[in-house]
Amino acid sequence: MPKLIKNGQVIDDAAQILVLDETQAPEALTLPEGPLFVPLAVWQAHKGQISGRASVGVWLDSHENVDEIADDLEGITAIALNFPKFTDGRAYSAAALLRSRYGFKGEIRAIGDVLRDQFFFMQRCGFDAIQPKAGKYSDAQLEEALASLKDFSTPYQAAIDQPEPLFRRTQRAA
Amino acid sequence: MYRYDPYDQKIVDERVAQFRDQTRRYLAGELTDDEFRPLRLQNGLYIQRHAPMLRVAVPYGLLSSTQVRKLAHIARTHDKGYAHVTTRQNFQFNWPELKVVPEILAELATVEMHAIQTSGACIRNITSDPFAGVAGDEYIDPRPWCEVLRQWSTFHPEFAFLPRKFKIAVNGAGQDRAVIQCHDIGLELKRDAAGEIGFRVLVGGGMGRTPIIGEEITDFVPWQHIITYCEAILRVYNRYGRRDNLYKARIKILVKALGIAEFKRQVEAEWEFGKNGPNTLTEAEVARVAGHFTTPAYETLPAEDAGYAAQRSANPAFAAWARRNVLAHKVPGYAIVVLSLKDPKRAPGDITAEQLDLVADWADAYSFGEIRATHEQNLVLADVRQSDLFAVWEKARATGLATPTFGLLTDIICCPGGDFCALANAKSIPIANAIQARFDDLDHLYDIGDIELNISGCMNSCGHHHVGHIGILGVDKNGEEWYQVSLGGSQGNNTSIGKVIGRSFAAAEMPDVISKIIDVYLAQRQAGERFIETVRRTGLDPFKLGVYGEAAVKERKHNA
Repeated sequence: MPKLIKNGQVIDDAAQILVLDETQAPEALTLPEGPLFVPLAVWQAHKGQISGRASVGVWLDSHENVDEIADDLEGITAIALNFPKFTDGRAYSAAALLRSRYGFKGEIRAIGDVLRDQFFFMQRCGFDAIQPKAGKYSDAQLEEALASLKDFSTPYQAAIDQPEPLFRRTQRAA
Repeated sequence: MYRYDPYDQKIVDERVAQFRDQTRRYLAGELTDDEFRPLRLQNGLYIQRHAPMLRVAVPYGLLSSTQVRKLAHIARTHDKGYAHVTTRQNFQFNWPELKVVPEILAELATVEMHAIQTSGACIRNITSDPFAGVAGDEYIDPRPWCEVLRQWSTFHPEFAFLPRKFKIAVNGAGQDRAVIQCHDIGLELKRDAAGEIGFRVLVGGGMGRTPIIGEEITDFVPWQHIITYCEAILRVYNRYGRRDNLYKARIKILVKALGIAEFKRQVEAEWEFGKNGPNTLTEAEVARVAGHFTTPAYETLPAEDAGYAAQRSANPAFAAWARRNVLAHKVPGYAIVVLSLKDPKRAPGDITAEQLDLVADWADAYSFGEIRATHEQNLVLADVRQSDLFAVWEKARATGLATPTFGLLTDIICCPGGDFCALANAKSIPIANAIQARFDDLDHLYDIGDIELNISGCMNSCGHHHVGHIGILGVDKNGEEWYQVSLGGSQGNNTSIGKVIGRSFAAAEMPDVISKIIDVYLAQRQAGERFIETVRRTGLDPFKLGVYGEAAVKERKHNA
């Protein structure tokens, strides 16, 4: 079963990330059974039926704007943000916006080209679930990679995980 | 200067551990080249022609003597005995072995130094005025603000994978000595009518392939809001900057595409959410940081030291150095000394381990233990008593650090170029040295006067050729190295981008080309007119004529 890092632990996760090929029309699609993340287009076509369903999340690619689901968030339990390449940093802003501006409390999952050396930044921006591609890391490597969540113990700036900057959290000696 | 508290130290120590593990995983084959590249770049580590190159951060160019001695030690132990000062006030080592880089970083950490974000698509080392705190034309000391911004930008989780690199510069004086108009964000410290400190913010400037002068996005952000304002700019850029084409990924392209008015609208709409949030600066934090930049224990001295005047009268060589490399200080009896790294026998900006140790000694003896690195690739002792200048000069001269050419034709800004850099199209150091050899007569250099000649080995423009009064750009033509010449560029308050004068030249032609340009200037100049002023008055035509000859210019016009 695919592995997922959730709240600092490796767990099994059965959710399928549904990817449409070019021939499939979102409207005509019959959604598969079981836990699932659907693409934005499918969400928009089917949200009347699937909104509020705990087993269905929505996933956004890096060029897709989180503003587009802002009005739907009450009916969404989980959002996955795709990293087409790990150097594409748009999802960090997307996650931060979902948490801060839109107050989203559900799961935000990093999917796609997700590497352990980005875990720390992801966690700081509000991702609480991280799913490297299947086969990217062995089970042992993934356990080892949890250490990257703790690369830095006391960051300077405010972010989602730590909403106050260091200068407000502590009394720093002059 | 700023000294680390346990929090700062811990972040740097944890970085060493993190990079040590990343290097281990790379060498063990657990990280691919593509995966390791951004990680090492965000730690200033390039893979160059001969060896890795490590770029060490010197925040806003400020160094202690202890730090300089450590750089000397690293140059001696892990490099070939020298280091290089970059055009972003950083230090580079050209020959470290990849597997010892974690050790080098661990050594740097012991003197409160690191290589964090000296490269990569992230917020880079923040640069500033090398004369901060000592210049007479300073309104507000930029150093505390640079440090506040340094801390905010260090490992900022949202902006570690931007579309492209992001450079911020801060200036707080009448003269812009930080090239703020050519930065992704240029900050000019100022006061509003009520006397409150804030920032004029420029955005979208930059050199590179498409040189653009930054535009004003706001004429005043109160100091409390500078971080949230910068975050709003960065967030708009991170979300909407182009990622499909490396050459169009800088923020300047986004600003041009949207127009400054629309870009400002988007930034300020974003800022509405962050403004007054937790990243709003507090008086206590600014006071804490500013408390590190105290005024040194200056003595009360006469404005003009009698001995200094006598030494200048008695010794023409000292007088020549004093005229060029000694600058006015805001405190009576003190002076700013530029230690030139433009000895024609060395690459511009290079300094040996022995010289670094000596500079550290002079800083301790004569300048409160501090040294600054300039973007023009020299070092500065910022607080020297006039009565000590002769001693400093004698010592500097004995080791080749008193070339009396600050601000003259041979004080060349020059990137490492094709001799070292894997990105370069052409070599730049030999061109600089050939021009320095051609113009080796000091009287002639003094007659030519203030002029800036900048050389870049490729379009990335590390050598700032776009803003050189004379700019030289290395270009590749069918695998051969050629050099394109531009005139009329300028840094500072009247920043301008130079214009290319015509077809490019072979390396061997370059000293002649520069001679011809200088001859045109000497023939055309009016009394008291500096080179750049003549170029601006006459335009490029007389220079084209002087360089290419009448027939070539006519033919060109005819063909056009």
